[in-house]
Amino acid sequence: MIGIEHYVVVSSILFVLGVLGIFLNRKNVIVILMAIELILLAVNINFVAFSAFLHDLTGQIFAMFVLTVAAGEAAIGLAILVIYFRGRGTIAVDDVNRMKG
Amino acid sequence: MIQTFAFYLFAVMVIASGAVTILARNPVHSVLWLILAFFNAAGLMVLVGAEFIAMLLVIVYVGAVAVLFLFVVMMLDIDFATLRAGFVRNFPLGFAIALVLLCELVLGVGAYRVGALQLGTPDGTAATALGASNIEAIGALLYGRYLFLFEAAGLILLVAMIGAIVLTHRQRSGVRGQNISRQIARRPDEATVNVRPEVGKGVSL
Repeated sequence: MIGIEHYVVVSSILFVLGVLGIFLNRKNVIVILMAIELILLAVNINFVAFSAFLHDLTGQIFAMFVLTVAAGEAAIGLAILVIYFRGRGTIAVDDVNRMKG
Repeated sequence: MIQTFAFYLFAVMVIASGAVTILARNPVHSVLWLILAFFNAAGLMVLVGAEFIAMLLVIVYVGAVAVLFLFVVMMLDIDFATLRAGFVRNFPLGFAIALVLLCELVLGVGAYRVGALQLGTPDGTAATALGASNIEAIGALLYGRYLFLFEAAGLILLVAMIGAIVLTHRQRSGVRGQNISRQIARRPDEATVNVRPEVGKGVSL
């Protein structure tokens, strides 16, 4: 029988994969954004699994809000990426220092 | 039995596609694997009876966010090989940190397993109503108890939309667009002139 632990383990592995993705692709902002989406997906799986196993719908409502924020974050992040690329011609994040005084 | 099989199928697929997402050489492939991960996560959510969130995940992530990623990846002309330069150098540190994090998280599950942790008990205000479908129950909760949070979520999306447009909009020079106010302000008497040219002189326009 599938219990809550199974879901928590799956979502922890997915979360860790997201963190690892940020470390591995330190230059490529697009993949970093995708890794953040993976992290948020792991959080959502956790929310939904706990909501189902505790018979409380608040977790699913909260997962929806996480989804909203994730969509907004992706839109703004990619917009910033596009204007950064227009100005610099590259998206390497380790030399982003324009706002350094 | 079939549920257990489906769970392991979806779980293995979501983890495998998540791993390929962060390891793929080509970001376009990354986006496609990310879409597969979202589909399988939606399957996991269907298994516990959260159909609405599962469908929302497919619609919002696959239909909007992943397509947005795909657009940006294909729109920007980037040499992705140079961006991968530090991949091997970063691998040991990243892997070590990820492993430590995973151990900590799984340790939490183990602590729950042996009974050292108790899950919280719901207060019953958001309990699933008997006989109501998942969508019905979520709708009642969303438009009742969480109405203002729901409106705030709409506001966040509005701000994100306006922000993205303001950030990426640019004035192009040399484009002859329509100037509606000038068009409307134009009157017949200033638009037409009555001239009587001398014969053989012509008119100046």
